[in-house]
Amino acid sequence: MSTTTIERAPAGVPADVEPSYLTAENTIASWLLTRDHKRIALLFFASITFFFFVGGFAATMIRLNLATPEGLLQPAVYNRMFTMHGVIMVWFFLIPSIPTTFGNFFIPLMIGARDLAFPRVNLASWYVFNLSGLVVLYSLVMGGANAGWTFYTPLSSSYANGYVFAAAMAIFINGFSSIMTALNFIVTIHRMRAPGMTWMRLPLFVWGIYSVSVVMLTATPVLAMDTLLLAVERFIGVGLFDPKHGGDPILWQHMFWFYSHPAVYIMILPAMGVVSEIIPCYARRPVFGYAGMVLALMAIAILSFFVWAHHMFVAGISIYSGVFFSLTTFFVAVPSAIKVFNWTVSLHKGSIVFDAPMLYALGFVLLFTVGGVTGLMLATLAVDVDVHGTYFVIAHFHYIMVGATVSAYFAALHYWWPKITGRLYSESWARFAAILTYVGFNLTFFPQFILGYLGMPRRSYTYPAEWQSWNVLSSAGASILAIAYALPLLYLGWSLFYGRKASRNPWGATGLEWTTPSPPPEHNFPRTPTVVHEPYRYDPEHDTFVSQEGTPHAG
Amino acid sequence: MDRWIPFWPDTAAVNAVVVNDLYVAELIVSGLIVATVVGMILTFGVRYRRGSAASRANLVQKTWRFEVAWTVATLAAFLVLFVWGANAYIWLYKAPPGDEEVYVVARRWMWKIEHPGGQREIDALHVPVDKTIRLVLASEDVIHSFFVPAFRIKHDVVPGTTETIWFKANKTGIFRLECTQYCGLQHATMQGEVVVMTAPDYARWLTEQGVHASLAQQGEQVFRAHGCSGCHDANSTVHAPSLAGVYGTFVHLQDGSVRFADEAYIRDCILNPRTFTVAGYPPVMPDFSGQLGEDDLFKLVAYIKSIGARRESAR
Repeated sequence: MSTTTIERAPAGVPADVEPSYLTAENTIASWLLTRDHKRIALLFFASITFFFFVGGFAATMIRLNLATPEGLLQPAVYNRMFTMHGVIMVWFFLIPSIPTTFGNFFIPLMIGARDLAFPRVNLASWYVFNLSGLVVLYSLVMGGANAGWTFYTPLSSSYANGYVFAAAMAIFINGFSSIMTALNFIVTIHRMRAPGMTWMRLPLFVWGIYSVSVVMLTATPVLAMDTLLLAVERFIGVGLFDPKHGGDPILWQHMFWFYSHPAVYIMILPAMGVVSEIIPCYARRPVFGYAGMVLALMAIAILSFFVWAHHMFVAGISIYSGVFFSLTTFFVAVPSAIKVFNWTVSLHKGSIVFDAPMLYALGFVLLFTVGGVTGLMLATLAVDVDVHGTYFVIAHFHYIMVGATVSAYFAALHYWWPKITGRLYSESWARFAAILTYVGFNLTFFPQFILGYLGMPRRSYTYPAEWQSWNVLSSAGASILAIAYALPLLYLGWSLFYGRKASRNPWGATGLEWTTPSPPPEHNFPRTPTVVHEPYRYDPEHDTFVSQEGTPHAG
Repeated sequence: MDRWIPFWPDTAAVNAVVVNDLYVAELIVSGLIVATVVGMILTFGVRYRRGSAASRANLVQKTWRFEVAWTVATLAAFLVLFVWGANAYIWLYKAPPGDEEVYVVARRWMWKIEHPGGQREIDALHVPVDKTIRLVLASEDVIHSFFVPAFRIKHDVVPGTTETIWFKANKTGIFRLECTQYCGLQHATMQGEVVVMTAPDYARWLTEQGVHASLAQQGEQVFRAHGCSGCHDANSTVHAPSLAGVYGTFVHLQDGSVRFADEAYIRDCILNPRTFTVAGYPPVMPDFSGQLGEDDLFKLVAYIKSIGARRESAR
């Protein structure tokens, strides 16, 4: 196998005789009961795309409301909108986004396996996810929750009306889906790597998914405990979080952030993996400092468990505990900084092609850098005292969770689209969407840094008139961003029917996933591949590359 | 500091000056980091675009040298910011003895302010300029957050406890007061103003409020009305700890622990006396949780503090 050249095999070569995973079976049951990781990835893709637009609708209402100082919505409606925006975007889009779709689809393909370790668990994870989705939609349709996505007690436990309990239960159920998916990835990556695929030959996307799975598996149970305790508190009134019964409201914040800070890294680690695949491929050179990138991923995953109280610097924790968590937060910023520098220097002496995935990936690096440096400001105790709870924080975490993560999600979508669907999209439209995303995003969220430092509190339906121009800019940016996010639906949808057929390896990438036909057959590989090289053997000097199973290719 | 920078909030307290300096330093560091990354992406992007003539020979092999270099550099820069920020934080959050102490009760959706002289106001806080003002914060319902952007001070107001913060305004004027912790339906309107006045203006304002009993005197009435005086008065026959001068001292408790008697301690003792039984006294005090609102508690605290001060001055 390792000596055969299989580059750009035209249709009809023996390996392509097996039908693709898309056409292997055509009944609805064959989709709903499938155990094929690739089909399950598409099922997840459908679910999270739906929720992305539900959450996006809430975001639209928020920005619409803030276009005028008085607000257009009723306060009660506005409060429900930002609560549902947070809940849906965090748990129903961002956390599952890259792992359940691209992770599901490509982990087995990238490590040379036929499927994930537990295909039925994988399918169950999708059903559990949809069950939790139904519960959250129930709470939304019945009137919505109004406690904010952070559910701070005693507001959420004793004061908020609305369907707070249903929303919390949706999150509780959703956690099981996360746990099942994470467990599946960990076992698969440990046990099912092809011969020769050693740990230090894993593509960085696999490392990204591995690190995120470790965090998901260990942090999510704490979230389950939190939401269960919140339910107990709401129904029985035990008084865990209620000072009137001797409880402590701060306890909730500790428990909530013990999950939810690692959750931020759950959203960003897979995105880092995606970008680490794309930058070497389009710069046509090896990634700068592979080992450093792996170490940085794992360091972030581990350190992410020791920073949670940096959300509570003004909440009334001991000032010395504030000092400790500020220090750990600066520590976790170091591996993130290393990754940014490594990505950037990965362009040095490359032969850079600015295709859509690369534009999205470079957008990721820039937005992540801005999110990162403003994260340093928030880690600095005295500055956090000032900007905590203002739009500064909103802008910061949107730069990371939307600017960076969603850019990486779209980067992955474009990069792997030919492999998933077998079709090529229109490159110029895709580049246009990538640039539009970048422009729209910055226009939406950069003004919010300024608003934050001026003192505009988050979660307010109304604000003083002198801040209107910044808010109008932000709302205008949001409408550009909405177009940029909706555009791919059109041209990618168009490519499904009219796009050119993709070859096995349209981008000339080195990973094992590109040695299969596009789209891959149901069982991925006719024979288990043998890996002889580390990933990213691109040679910019001679414009050649060597795939991981050892096949040399000319540019 | 604040005038020449566009889009800059008012800077009206010594606290704000300290935070401003740090913030400007961080803006510069951030700008340098972002400029480095953007500069590298642009330079490499142009120089090494596909088809350019630049040589691609001799890719860097020993990448770890660079990685060690920028790990050490970022870590060093971060530690400087950390120490600077932590120092300022401790200074901001360790309230010094104040020239004046004001009690703030947050409830959905208003700020109730009680001055030591007994003056009360809602959603407004009048203070003299160039004086250190201590604020003691309490909440009657959910978590709120007390924030004055022009002073760069903020602290959550958590039900069930009190927090003390401070500021020293250095400019007269009217500044926004906000709640920055989402507290329910009308959270957005839980706002007020801080009015910083010159000392004579402030003195005039205090007298114009037409109040005859100071907060401590009002507290004494609460102290009698709820029967506290029955046991804690100097000439009471019940074996109860004397409260005169207790504020600001260390108290030895029955369980062997030692507590510093600040506002939060006095409040805890009133609401939950059995947990804080003083060494050598029987645990007989009934608990007053649910019987006293936050304003009455503040009055009691003010009274108990005042009887300490009275003894000091009697010496």
